[in-house]
Amino acid sequence: MSSSLFTARRRPTRLSWMQGFDPFLTVAVGGLLIIGTLLVYAATKNWYASVGLDPQYYVKRHFINILIGIFLAFGTTLIDYRLLRAYTPIVWGLSVLGLIAVLIPGVGSTVNGAKAWISLPGGFQIQPAELAKIAIIIGLSMILSERAHDRDDPSHKDVAKALAISAIPIVLILLQPDMGTVFIISASVVAMIAVSGAPSRWIAGLLIVALVGGFAAVKVGVLSDYQVKRLQSFVDPTADPQSSGYQLRQSRITVGSGGLIGKGLFNGPQTNGRFVPEQQTDFIFTVAGEELGFLGSSFILLLFLIILLRAFAIARRTQDPFGRMVCVGVIAWFAFQLFENLGMTMGLMPMTGVPLPFMSYGGSSMFANMIGVGLLQNIHARQRG
Amino acid sequence: MNQRTRLSMLVTQTLILSLMLALFGRLFYLQVGAGAKYRDAALSIQSRDIVTPATRGLIVDSSGVPLALNRVGLAVTVDRSTLDKQKDQGAAVLKRTSKLLGLKYADVFRRTRLCGELPKANQSGCWTGTRYQPIPITKDADPNKALQIVERSDLFPGIDSMPVAVRNYPGLAGVNAAHELGYVGPLTEADLSGLNGTRYFRSESVGKAGLELQYDTYLRGKPGIKTVIVDRKESVTSESRNTLPIPGSHLVTSLDARLQASTESALADAVLRARASGYRADSGAAIVMDVKTGRILSIASYPTYDPNIWEKGLTVQQAKDLFSDAKGVPALSRALQGQYAPASTFKAVSVVAAAAAGYNLNATYSCPASVKVGNRDFQNFESKSQGTISMKQAIAISCDTIWYQIAFDQWLKDGGLFPKSNAKDYFFTAARSFQMAQKTGIDLPSESVGRVPDRQWRLDWYKQNKNYFCNYSTRAKKSQLTPFLIALAHENCLDGDKIRGGDAVNFSIGQGDTVITPLKLTQMYAAIANGGTIWQPTVGRAVVGTNGKVIKEITPVALGKIGASSSTIAFLQDALHQVVVSGTAAGSFIGFPVPVSGKTGTAEVFGLNTNGTKKDNTSWFASFAPSNKPRYAVVMMVSQGGFGASTSAVGVRKIYQTLFGVTGSTVDPTKAIYPSGPPKGLPVISPTTKVKTQ
Repeated sequence: MSSSLFTARRRPTRLSWMQGFDPFLTVAVGGLLIIGTLLVYAATKNWYASVGLDPQYYVKRHFINILIGIFLAFGTTLIDYRLLRAYTPIVWGLSVLGLIAVLIPGVGSTVNGAKAWISLPGGFQIQPAELAKIAIIIGLSMILSERAHDRDDPSHKDVAKALAISAIPIVLILLQPDMGTVFIISASVVAMIAVSGAPSRWIAGLLIVALVGGFAAVKVGVLSDYQVKRLQSFVDPTADPQSSGYQLRQSRITVGSGGLIGKGLFNGPQTNGRFVPEQQTDFIFTVAGEELGFLGSSFILLLFLIILLRAFAIARRTQDPFGRMVCVGVIAWFAFQLFENLGMTMGLMPMTGVPLPFMSYGGSSMFANMIGVGLLQNIHARQRG
Repeated sequence: MNQRTRLSMLVTQTLILSLMLALFGRLFYLQVGAGAKYRDAALSIQSRDIVTPATRGLIVDSSGVPLALNRVGLAVTVDRSTLDKQKDQGAAVLKRTSKLLGLKYADVFRRTRLCGELPKANQSGCWTGTRYQPIPITKDADPNKALQIVERSDLFPGIDSMPVAVRNYPGLAGVNAAHELGYVGPLTEADLSGLNGTRYFRSESVGKAGLELQYDTYLRGKPGIKTVIVDRKESVTSESRNTLPIPGSHLVTSLDARLQASTESALADAVLRARASGYRADSGAAIVMDVKTGRILSIASYPTYDPNIWEKGLTVQQAKDLFSDAKGVPALSRALQGQYAPASTFKAVSVVAAAAAGYNLNATYSCPASVKVGNRDFQNFESKSQGTISMKQAIAISCDTIWYQIAFDQWLKDGGLFPKSNAKDYFFTAARSFQMAQKTGIDLPSESVGRVPDRQWRLDWYKQNKNYFCNYSTRAKKSQLTPFLIALAHENCLDGDKIRGGDAVNFSIGQGDTVITPLKLTQMYAAIANGGTIWQPTVGRAVVGTNGKVIKEITPVALGKIGASSSTIAFLQDALHQVVVSGTAAGSFIGFPVPVSGKTGTAEVFGLNTNGTKKDNTSWFASFAPSNKPRYAVVMMVSQGGFGASTSAVGVRKIYQTLFGVTGSTVDPTKAIYPSGPPKGLPVISPTTKVKTQ
């Protein structure tokens, strides 16, 4: 039986490295990493060259990030994922500590209005929120899959516990404020609780809370000024031509101007003129849109689709509820982050600064994504027959 | 996996797949569906056009004398984007600059404001261009002062100085012609929007009025454009095209600088003379037309202004004066925008109407002191009876009552207040055959149209005003509730939709609701002079390229014929000559060696001046000459100028003097403006052509 896109082949035990990995998943992620590297180079090459700096500055660092990411992904696959439960409280604790640290003045640094980063010596920065995503996914999977022998589904108490451990990081991220990440984590939490087989009241309740919460946040002013501005400029891109509205419009124009076949790699005038700010990080997809056109951009979408479909296949195939929960968590995380980022780039979603998985420049996000893929491969490799 | 988990998985998967599908759809829309739109948008973001303005073409008179040319001036400009960032929005810098240049701060402030930034009432002189181009404070700076500005950029941040082309109206031979030449100015946002179908470039100047506007496409030329590709910081990364400017073509007009100057001074003289006689004489117009072609040889409006003030930069005071009542609203061209009752000059039309109605033009008619129309007596001019006289004599001495009688009789024949369905309406028909209710179609912008208050017009008018008249006691102001006005309103409410006897009678002598522009009357008298052809008046003669090649010849266009037989026209020409020989204009033309035909008009004007005084009569003289072989039509009008004869006819005589080269009572053909008629060929065009002197 050959493996197909939609059904994962069972691998009883892991024999050697690479063996036991899902090849489609591996190739799709590899493809995104390669294209992403080219795009980061395209986004920064002329800019740095024009100011007399090393044009390969960004691409070199991006490459190092990828290497570290691959290392982390492999690392994640080495130990049986079921043993990860033991580390979960540590990972969770570390991420919560990190999230508290960024809020302390002098420790956290503010970028684009959000205190999301901790500066490290040597110009490095880490983003504890990325780590928190993994901590929450594993933590939730643990609670929602471990249950009393006499019942198949998580109890009310389990769900309450799950909500509690995800609420703490969410509130801390809300304080930064990083609405994009809050949205992604919340959506993932709801998806995981839904799939866990928890009472449907919980799911309905959570959806209502999310709606009311979002509405109230805008009304009462929990959202900071810059967030309201971003939301407004999403509704009316001309409201603030200098900042977020400008970015959204430029981003849309840049993607649209690529047309069917694009301007060719490294040949995008919008990209080379740096009309879209942050184009090597959150707006990396504009470079794909302009230089690779509709054909290249849809190929990228296809690679993401393959990753998601493979992850679903793994989730369906695995007999282990914990593994399945982790899969669903990672799927929801990737999918919502993808939608958030591309939606923003193409003017479907308001502007929230989240990176595009596997492609955007930036270490923390890359590491977290690669750990996520590592988890998927780990589960795939250890499916019980 | 239990059932619920399976279902939830499916829902989650479906949700995520639909999100992916949404992304794909959006991508398709952006890149394939709307790709072209975004490509254009991207292009306009990345490219910058550096525009080198083209040299504007000259405007010359029929002998090549320049009426509009270009010279180099030193502009001091303001960069609003820099100024606005200063703490006081640049007030201190502007004040310093104003002081250095010897200008008023208020003027400089106004000139550097976008029109939209100022209240509606105080906009004149504002900057009609955009915020993103250098805004000139003056284009005529003293080089030493301009140098100070450039050298002390610390004192004058956002202020710059550069040489610019300045449109100049040299006023050779004393010509003003402000209304006809117009002026040039910066583009407005509306121009730039491309809605009028022309693509402009930001730093271009365009014609804003007069010939400058009318022939702008020819005069403007094509600016040179260098397109560069820039990045977000506006630094140039590459150049994508570079075209050289193509200078604009020249416009040859049919005007003659000497005749124009003489017409202007004769008009000003007439106005001053009327004022000396105690009339208000607020404004006037004078026109000379070639009756064989409709070409305008000179055209003047009073009061006027210096056409160069626009380029020098309007001061607040100048801007106010242009539209001020006290100064007579100099911005308005009376020749083609002023509307006045034609009064007795209209009797030429009445003759045509009478002939059509079957009246014998060679018979005698009574000219009583008054004619009873309904229950009202309509008085002859100064209520004098002239006995029984010929029709020709009636024209010559301008008898009104003969027309009252004819108009009233015809009105009764048409059914009076209960008009027949086949009413003949000879008077309205005659007026229409002179095209009185149409524009002349002159090649100058903003022409006004006259009004023939015929049955349809009255019906429309009644529809609009019925409510007001029928509720007069509640709708009118207290000061308007006089017994006469109340009675009038009551009358209008009852049968204001009908042509009444009084309306018909008033129409026959060019009073009542009839109005006309001086230009239209000139066109009508030119038609009488040339045997009946109505020509479209033209000022432009030809557009000539910088290489001397004729690009566009502006040929005369005949718009139609007067609906009159040649014998009627011959009678009219004869009668109009009689006016000057023995009639109302005889005194004004005593001893004039060239035979002139014409008609005086003294129109009553209702209403009050702003200071509360009653309005004086409009003085008209419409004429053509030489009577035996008509070539020129000359019309003068002085608003509130008193009698037609004493004010306007005397003014017209002065114009004929220049035109024919008359000194005293002798003609010197060598001194005539056109010794052998208006020039047929085109002149050589050069900015240095001098005015001919005899």
